[in-house]
Amino acid sequence: MPWTSRPRRCPVLGDGALEQLKREGRIVVVGASLAGLRAAETLRAKGFVGSLTMIGDEPYEPYDRPPLSKGVLLGRARAHRTALPRLRSVDATWRLGVPATGLDMAARRVRLADGDDVPYDRLLIATGVRARPWPRPEEAELDGVFVLRTRDEGAALARRLDEGPKRVLVIGGGFAGSEVASACRERGLPVTVAERGAAPLVGALGGVVAAVAAGLHREHGVDLRCGVMVTALEGDASGRVRAAHLSDGSTVETDVVVVSLGALRNTEWLNGSGLGAGPRGIACDAGCRAFDIRGIVTDDIYAAGDVARCPHPLFGYQFLSLEHWGNAVAQAGIAAHNMLSESIDRLPHMDVPAFWSSQFGVNVKSVGVPSMATDILISQGSLDSRRFVGVYGYQGRVIGAVSFDHGRWLPFYKELIERTAPFPPQFPTVDRHTDGQQPMDADFPDPSVPSHGPTVTLSGYSPADRRMTFTPAH
Amino acid sequence: MSIAVDLNRCQGYAQCAFLAPEIFTMHGDEALLYDPDPDEAQREKLAQAAAACPVQAILVDAVDKPAEAVPGAR
Repeated sequence: MPWTSRPRRCPVLGDGALEQLKREGRIVVVGASLAGLRAAETLRAKGFVGSLTMIGDEPYEPYDRPPLSKGVLLGRARAHRTALPRLRSVDATWRLGVPATGLDMAARRVRLADGDDVPYDRLLIATGVRARPWPRPEEAELDGVFVLRTRDEGAALARRLDEGPKRVLVIGGGFAGSEVASACRERGLPVTVAERGAAPLVGALGGVVAAVAAGLHREHGVDLRCGVMVTALEGDASGRVRAAHLSDGSTVETDVVVVSLGALRNTEWLNGSGLGAGPRGIACDAGCRAFDIRGIVTDDIYAAGDVARCPHPLFGYQFLSLEHWGNAVAQAGIAAHNMLSESIDRLPHMDVPAFWSSQFGVNVKSVGVPSMATDILISQGSLDSRRFVGVYGYQGRVIGAVSFDHGRWLPFYKELIERTAPFPPQFPTVDRHTDGQQPMDADFPDPSVPSHGPTVTLSGYSPADRRMTFTPAH
Repeated sequence: MSIAVDLNRCQGYAQCAFLAPEIFTMHGDEALLYDPDPDEAQREKLAQAAAACPVQAILVDAVDKPAEAVPGAR
């Protein structure tokens, strides 16, 4: 019989295991936001038909956050209607409103706050970040003190703005803080912005561009106070915030305070698990595989989105952790792909960082890592017109670019960053005005001086750079 | 209906704002504001806007929201 005469096929161990994983494996995704959802969709698109569990601490299906600081505060969209579109069916078991509280790497189980244990064959961690709270709890709990990161926080702040407060104080002039201030001004509300650095956005984009941002604030009627810190918030007898005290001795009378001091990574639940996770995020390789605390890469635990930090070949293999929408999407796709691939087929996450903001009617976009730079060249438009492209240089190469209402040029500069093109760019550009003839000091603050930081965190170093000292400026 | 716009891709061509002004509006010269959960009556216009976007930055539900995503559901 032909059956018996055929040599018996010996399955290759790796292939067989992978096929089995795809067919009947258990994949758990902790974090039901943008990265988690896109990873789940990619897993299904790549033929994973096993069991998929999505764990999220908020009781909501995955939603989009960018509208929260823009359309929602302007009253043009509602916070509870920003659910993310489903690009395909994910056919998952959803555990929403239940945070993960622990990880047992040896037993391959995720522990949940309700006492349940969820076993996995592959785990993706996409727990993201949360807003950094005001450091003094008794002041943070005053009625009228807000942070803005989640849907509930966006809804609560929007509701309060609807009531027409007499003044809004925004603590921190980063992207989120500037967007809040912009929305308040558009609604006609008096706004004070208190920023520790010399100008808004200075940590992310440097002093040259930050001066333009400061001009935007002031032109739109924001009471901008730079180089000051808020030292205390004061409440009235009913527990409602009524004033803020500043380090320069002044007092701001206010009934709404928006604390916009950056974010904290949601990694506490991994404490003691043995995974290489801490306040800076989860260390992983370029393929999104997480490291354990011994520096050994795991093969079954992956990280994606704001909580991950990965070495990036274009930026000296420094570990980058990015709080960017596009990064969450790209990294989720890479993690999901690699989870279902043999080592030879795995892909690196090499996306060039990119993000956007809109404030005071201006579209601000950036590619690369401007905060790594020392120099800037205004390559198109002019600072005076607030319509320009700034190209950032570091050690003789193009490392980033920013545009104010000139976004269509950015893909071109993204390509220069990918090619590690020389800085200053050795070609003339169209629409170059007088202030763009020469590169200048990008004027990033001394890292030892506190300012509102960028949304890109650089950590770790490249062995090749051992003899160099990394100083973003000065 | 849920939509999201990949604003890294968006180049401010404003085709969507012409075709579906109830959903998309320009905010200043270049920035885009949109309603993430437009009315069902806008479905046809939304489809046209998404198709017309030169950089295909508009993401729209491809499947109906499954009942699985109910808060607290297992």
